[in-house]
Amino acid sequence: MAAVEIDVKYVAHLARISLTPDEETKLAAQLGGILGYIEKLKELDITGVEPTAHAVPLVNVTRADEIRPSLPHDDALRNAPAQAGGLFIVPKIVE
Amino acid sequence: MLNQLTISELAAKLASREVSARAATQSCLDQIARVDGKIHAFISHDAADALAQADAADKEISSGVKKPLLGIPIAVKDVLAVKNQQLNCGSKILGKFISPYDATAIEKLKAAGAIVFGRLNMDEFAMGSSTENSAFGVTRNPWDTSRIPGGSSGGSAAAVAADECIASLGTDTGGSIRQPAALCGCVGLKPTYGRISRYGLVAFASSLDQIGPFTKDVRDSATLLGVLSGVDPRDSTSVPQPVPDYAAALDGNIKGLKLGLPKEYMIGGLDPEVKAAVDAAVKQYEKLGAEIVEISLPHTDYAVATYYIIATAEASANLARFDGIRYGLRVDASDPTELYSQTRGAGFGAEVKRRIILGTYVLSSGYHDAYYLRAQKVRTLIRNDFLKAFEKVDAIVTPTTPTAAFKIGEKSDDPLQMYLSDIFTISCNLAGICGVSIPCGFTNSPKLPIGLQLLGKPFGEETLLKIAHAYEQNASWHKEKPSLA
Repeated sequence: MAAVEIDVKYVAHLARISLTPDEETKLAAQLGGILGYIEKLKELDITGVEPTAHAVPLVNVTRADEIRPSLPHDDALRNAPAQAGGLFIVPKIVE
Repeated sequence: MLNQLTISELAAKLASREVSARAATQSCLDQIARVDGKIHAFISHDAADALAQADAADKEISSGVKKPLLGIPIAVKDVLAVKNQQLNCGSKILGKFISPYDATAIEKLKAAGAIVFGRLNMDEFAMGSSTENSAFGVTRNPWDTSRIPGGSSGGSAAAVAADECIASLGTDTGGSIRQPAALCGCVGLKPTYGRISRYGLVAFASSLDQIGPFTKDVRDSATLLGVLSGVDPRDSTSVPQPVPDYAAALDGNIKGLKLGLPKEYMIGGLDPEVKAAVDAAVKQYEKLGAEIVEISLPHTDYAVATYYIIATAEASANLARFDGIRYGLRVDASDPTELYSQTRGAGFGAEVKRRIILGTYVLSSGYHDAYYLRAQKVRTLIRNDFLKAFEKVDAIVTPTTPTAAFKIGEKSDDPLQMYLSDIFTISCNLAGICGVSIPCGFTNSPKLPIGLQLLGKPFGEETLLKIAHAYEQNASWHKEKPSLA
């Protein structure tokens, strides 16, 4: 069960999670160990095996295309950390 | 004491007007006041609202209304939306989030007359096996408060075991109902994938999550499953299968049914007392007329690794929504990317960060095929193991956990050891089948509950519960109470 090296800083950036240097060090060691354990899946021959995405596959679950009530505007905004004029406020995106 | 009753016992007393729903609810609230300081199963509960619901139920009862759960106090894991109540998933990142609507499971409980109350503690976003990963503190096992109650639905299991409610709801992604039920000594059912609508359940791993009940006996589990089951247009993964009368199938007759014993589950780490209790239960089944068959689930040893790829991959996508924009905690920053990162860095706990980062890694460019796709293929092999076994047997019998409840802090610094404590429960979710844990004994010193796991065919809950019930009829483990309560 060899530990696997993982660039935690880069992956954390992809996941949009800021980490302290301590967290980075600890996570690198822990994830290395977990990925080392996961390596055992390479023992198996999976040639010709179809992947399972859902155990009970349902396909093309659709409904009639008609207007139904949805979450009222005020309810959707009720938990917003910052809002004004019926909109969410976010930091400036375009200069 | 009314809080100690089962659903069927309390329902009978309510129907005959021997007791009121208000008295039953007050009895649960009194028990919470008495013991929850030690156990901390509840993050919060609104006593006035629960009593108001009880009064409404009493009015209905006195006007002759009949509903399956009328006046029964049922508590809820903090991962299901209950309209106008706080929803936190055991996390800081949801801030003061108030649910704008009811989950379908909650709607169904309310329509059946239940008093829906309380927010039960859990591992943050249902990630954990000990309820130590909650931003709201650790839940303790009612049988020994120096030990964990299991997880992630630790609050749901502890509340039922300590008689703080009549029954509760939890969720199970890799064992999060069955494992805490085993460690706290109650009945925990994970229904087949698609059996119960997940609308209003905060998603962890969408191909694995299921809602299910914690109860004091198997009959109550059947009653709740009947109320909760059924297709829902708001959850496209719910399956249009008819909902049988589960409780009616509990006739105690299991003569001729075949029970499979998977040889792969007799591993080295299995505690001798757990093994002895399970062996005794198997003997009991033989006495009851079941036929015991040795079976093989050859890919068992790969289930934990497969699970920690699939579950974390799905979690990394599902939890992307917690970004500080539309609800919950926000840590302000000068640009959106920095706002996301700072918010998520501050709002998520260590285990959630660990899993999101692992999930992001196994899905990232260059690693997807080696990890995620491979895991999905191994999942097929694991599922096929079960489908093949179910050609020969009606249900599979295993221990629910390799050991009884461990000490608080014992595994919290070693995530891999913690993950391996779910070794017997994880395959069930990967295969999408149903499973239940029922009490089957106690360890000697200290006295801690041991759980027996029964696994059933997809949508085979009727037979599964019938088998569980037949054992329970000839056992009294489920009637024992922790001395704390």
